[in-house]
Amino acid sequence: MATPQRPLSPHLQVYRWQIQMATSILHRATGIVLAAGALLITAGLLTLVIGPEAWNCFTTLAGAWYGQVFLFGWTWAFAYHLCNGIRHIVQDFAIGYRVATFVRSSWLSVIASLMITALVWAYVLLGGGA
Amino acid sequence: MSDFRTPIKNARGLGSAKTGTEHFVHQRLTATALVALTIWFLVFVLSLIGADYVTATAAVAKPWNAVLLVGFLVAMFWHAQLGLQVVLEDYVHNSLLALAVQTTVKFIAVLGAIVSVFAVARIALGN
Repeated sequence: MATPQRPLSPHLQVYRWQIQMATSILHRATGIVLAAGALLITAGLLTLVIGPEAWNCFTTLAGAWYGQVFLFGWTWAFAYHLCNGIRHIVQDFAIGYRVATFVRSSWLSVIASLMITALVWAYVLLGGGA
Repeated sequence: MSDFRTPIKNARGLGSAKTGTEHFVHQRLTATALVALTIWFLVFVLSLIGADYVTATAAVAKPWNAVLLVGFLVAMFWHAQLGLQVVLEDYVHNSLLALAVQTTVKFIAVLGAIVSVFAVARIALGN
């Protein structure tokens, strides 16, 4: 039986903030956001099944300012989870565990995700949208 | 006693937790598939910016697009469930609540995958 009063291991508030913590937490947070986003992809496909009015309603929502803000955040969540996910797969091969390398690859995930987001939205805003 | 044990114990990778490496392996397998599939999906969605109903439906109905969409949707919902499972295991400690939430997440993920695949099939095979 577990004793409720047993000492707990130190948690987040004990530690000084480091980029490695941020990347780990962000990976989970963006994963949760993307899981919710998965349902929106389903909704979008369903509007195509239902008909033109439903699809127009869907695209109008996506095109509204709040839709665009949401899509921008979604793009970054995706880009970050992708970059950091690739980093995790590389680490699964026992590569990149020296502290300096670990810190550098953490920053690489963050910076690359911001660059991908910027590239995608540059395409969207500068004429990608017909 | 250990003499009576066969190497199959190690091969199955099942310890006292009664589960093995399936979760880890499936998470990595779906992740690897999603690296390619999500990049394809992003390009697909970007190509549909400003598309009307007829254009969007025709794009989804193209065989390659429909096939890749189904692959993407199944891998995505599978990966989402595996990821959420770990988060819930870490933060939901009441076992009855954990069972309820984990079951709900699994049902929603499977339902989401079935509905999405049905939608793609319906569009691809004639609405």
